[in-house]
Amino acid sequence: MASLNVLAFVCLAYVAFLFIIAFWADRMATRGRSAAWMRSPLIYTLSLSIYCTAWTFYGAVGYAARSGLEFVTIYLGPSLVMICWWWGLRKLVRIGRSQRITSIADLLSSRYGKSNLLAAGATILAVIGVTPYISLQLQSVTLSFAIFAEADPLRDYNETSIVFWVAAGLAVFAILFGTRNLNANERHHGVVTAVALEAIVKLAALLAVGIFVVWGVAGGVGETLARIDASRIGQWNVDGSRWAAITFLAAAAFICLPRMFQVMVVENEDERHLRIASWAFPLYLLLISMFVVPIAVVGLDLLPAGSNPDMFVLTVPLQQGQQELAMLSFLGGFSSATSMVIVAAMALSTMVSNHIVMPVWLRLQNRQASVSGDVRDVVLLSRRVSIAAIMALGYFYYHLSGGAAALAAIGLISFAGVAQLLPALVGGLFWRGATRSGALAGLSVGFGIWLYTMLLPALGGGLLPEHILRQGLFGLSWLRPEALFGIEGLDSTVHAVMWSMSLNALVFCLVSLMSFPSPLERLQGAQFVNVFDHSAGPRGWTGSVAQCEDLMIMSQRILGAAEAQVFFQRERLRQGGRGPLPEPTPAFLERLERELSASIGAAAAHAMIGQIAGGSSVSVADLLAVADETAQMLEYSSRLETQSAELSATARKLRETNEKLTQISEQKDAFLSQVSHELRTPMTSIRAFSEILRDAGQLDPQEQRRYAGIIHDETLRLTRLLNDLLDLSVLESGKVSLNITAGTLSEVLDHAVATALAGSETPMTVRRSPEAEGFRLSSDLDRLAQVFINLIANAQKYCDAEQPELTVTSSVSGGRLHVDFTDNGSGVPADAQQMIFEKFARVSPERAGGAGLGLAICREVMQRLGGDVSYLPGRQGGAFRVSLPAAGEKAA
Amino acid sequence: MGRHVVLIEDEPNITEAIRFLLMRDGWSVDAHTDGATAVEVIRNAGPDLVILDLMLPGKSGLEIVRELRAEQDMQSLPVLMLTARGQMRDREMAEKAGVTRFMTKPFSNAEVLTAVRDLHAQAGQG
Repeated sequence: MASLNVLAFVCLAYVAFLFIIAFWADRMATRGRSAAWMRSPLIYTLSLSIYCTAWTFYGAVGYAARSGLEFVTIYLGPSLVMICWWWGLRKLVRIGRSQRITSIADLLSSRYGKSNLLAAGATILAVIGVTPYISLQLQSVTLSFAIFAEADPLRDYNETSIVFWVAAGLAVFAILFGTRNLNANERHHGVVTAVALEAIVKLAALLAVGIFVVWGVAGGVGETLARIDASRIGQWNVDGSRWAAITFLAAAAFICLPRMFQVMVVENEDERHLRIASWAFPLYLLLISMFVVPIAVVGLDLLPAGSNPDMFVLTVPLQQGQQELAMLSFLGGFSSATSMVIVAAMALSTMVSNHIVMPVWLRLQNRQASVSGDVRDVVLLSRRVSIAAIMALGYFYYHLSGGAAALAAIGLISFAGVAQLLPALVGGLFWRGATRSGALAGLSVGFGIWLYTMLLPALGGGLLPEHILRQGLFGLSWLRPEALFGIEGLDSTVHAVMWSMSLNALVFCLVSLMSFPSPLERLQGAQFVNVFDHSAGPRGWTGSVAQCEDLMIMSQRILGAAEAQVFFQRERLRQGGRGPLPEPTPAFLERLERELSASIGAAAAHAMIGQIAGGSSVSVADLLAVADETAQMLEYSSRLETQSAELSATARKLRETNEKLTQISEQKDAFLSQVSHELRTPMTSIRAFSEILRDAGQLDPQEQRRYAGIIHDETLRLTRLLNDLLDLSVLESGKVSLNITAGTLSEVLDHAVATALAGSETPMTVRRSPEAEGFRLSSDLDRLAQVFINLIANAQKYCDAEQPELTVTSSVSGGRLHVDFTDNGSGVPADAQQMIFEKFARVSPERAGGAGLGLAICREVMQRLGGDVSYLPGRQGGAFRVSLPAAGEKAA
Repeated sequence: MGRHVVLIEDEPNITEAIRFLLMRDGWSVDAHTDGATAVEVIRNAGPDLVILDLMLPGKSGLEIVRELRAEQDMQSLPVLMLTARGQMRDREMAEKAGVTRFMTKPFSNAEVLTAVRDLHAQAGQG
């Protein structure tokens, strides 16, 4: 029988061999020359077999010996997940890749808005949850050592020292394997290759023992089946609730265990490997569990009562004198334990250092605000210390629990612990409404119940006083750890799983529904839940124009179209300006990110750019949805902007109104000034001559008559002016009432000519064409006549010809009647043709008796009548055209 | 010292009234309506007093005063300005331009005569 020294040497040699394999695989991978098989689905499937630890290797036989076929549930859970839920795993893998996830705690943190609190919580839960599991490995390796040590006469052995050395040795292996690579983001090709190799060793060892037992001991398949039928294993009743609960636990643990997450998601090379693994891994489980029952049955038959069934795999060959087979079996068990410990320690130490040590350290650094040393050393150190601490925890757990429990019972505690991560994980993958608060609350409740109902009772009297276990917390019987809320008679595992998982899920859902996600949470939630619908596998760094177009579209949503265009244009010019868009160079992307982060925050900007340009696999449509959600978040600020825009619009309106009022006020002043002038001028003459008539005696009668005549004329002028002003005022205010009557144009013109020329000493000749004036009019004919009179009087006043003549013509075109008044004078100068229609406008330097209101009144009147009056340039003399709607028809 | 006055006024009735008043007071009145030629008329006539309307066709009364004051021998020529506008601003601008007396229409005949006599007397003393 091999001595402990030989055993220790074999172990060291085996580990050294594994180390060389790992080193070689790493070297190949870093040089980019890794063989195809190293990246094959086979390696991936084999690495998944770290699910099969010493528990599976040793414990399954013990489980079968104690509880019959129930051990199958441990294999059933993962198999169901791989076969029925591979699409869910694929989503997990896709997200892991696109989000550069380093651990399950990182995944939860990332999904729920990069919450470090959640990550730290999940890390603590995982560490505590996995501690019994590590203890299980220690216990099994120690037991296997002890089996050999019992037969070693040369040495005293002490169980405690063996456990210590096993723990220390495993810690050193884990540190050597797990922390050689500094970057947790990179994949550990070496470790994965070594784990795959160990998977082959443990499968081969168990198969060898199984074949030996069936054909070497039992004497063939038939005899083995007969033995099984005869043993109590064949008659064990199936407890439905335990089967369901443990199958569920195994499935949940398969997804949530940190080491499973490490190999399944973090170390995944290609998500297509999952398709192979979905049948290959269940096949592996089938093979490794195939001989469990025969070994258990034969062990129970061959070995004396009281032998530990957990060690049958080792003790049966030893009892049969098969030293080499026993050594192979020992190596298989050792492989199972080391691979589990190495990967678990690697995964946990990454979580501890990333989510607990580093945040604390960085905060301390910030407070000191001085050192800027190399963080890599700190990371390395913290990982190594974490591994040592995790192993120490396992060691203490072993001590506390007494090291006597069945391996499977310890394993189930761990399963139930890490399974508490499941609601938050699955909810995060499929439910956008899941929130950080919900995840934290669910996790805390589940973790608390698990501690109280499962971990503490398992640790026994040391941590949980006996009376609490018996009578419940505070003496309340419904708070008994193994019969919560008065539900008794359940199996303790079923009881703990039921309460912890159901309340965990319930609280997670309720709190999620009641709480509101932060923008970053929404962003991440959208990326997680929708990662599948849009992404089309991994994309490389192509630097294509299409990529830049996507960046442009996204930037426009965030920055606004104009600003984004300006930015892209500037970047294009900076790069030398070939092509319509800038090349997506790293420098450009960095500047774009800075630009975007000013709007949506650094994390979101980084995520968005990373998704488009970083070769990750979330579609642009998805990002746009995220950008839209961000826009909703910014609604408040945009509402403020709207308000400020409204305010400035109001201010602008007020300013415009004020300008208009000022203008009107100035016009009014000018008008009053004009009116004042027009009134004062005749009043001056009237006053002067009335004083002359009053004061100066001896005026001859002719002078007297003349001066009285001037006073009379000026009075008339004043009256006219006042009449005109009042008329204009009524017309401009729009309050004029029209007196519509019917008549012919010729009648109106007859009246106008007679009135205008009346009282004139030398009336001008007026030429008319009566045959063209037969139009019937329906209008305010008095007002129309007023306009005609004004025009004729103006011609009379201003026509400077020696024989003044006025020609009146009328015509209809375009539904309008035109009446033109053309004299034979020199007309109105071109620069004054518009001005003459303004109030108080006069062209002639000589006074013509009017105040300059006539044409202004004409224009107002014609507008009221729906027509117009305008000056006709380019005629022989002064020419005005009156036009109005030709409502009537030409009279016969 | 003579009693010759040049009157620039575009309203014929007012011109006639002032002419009547001043001639009865012993003045010879030279009346014109055009602002554009006013400065030249005044320079040629060399009057003892000028009466100016503010609003004239061709050139405003203010401009005429400024041009007169720019000439060496016209700086002390008394100028009486008449205006129908009569706002404060007009008065200020007129005084700035060098108008000797400013009077708003409608005026009383006595006021005009008093103003003309005063200005003449002051010019005689100065």
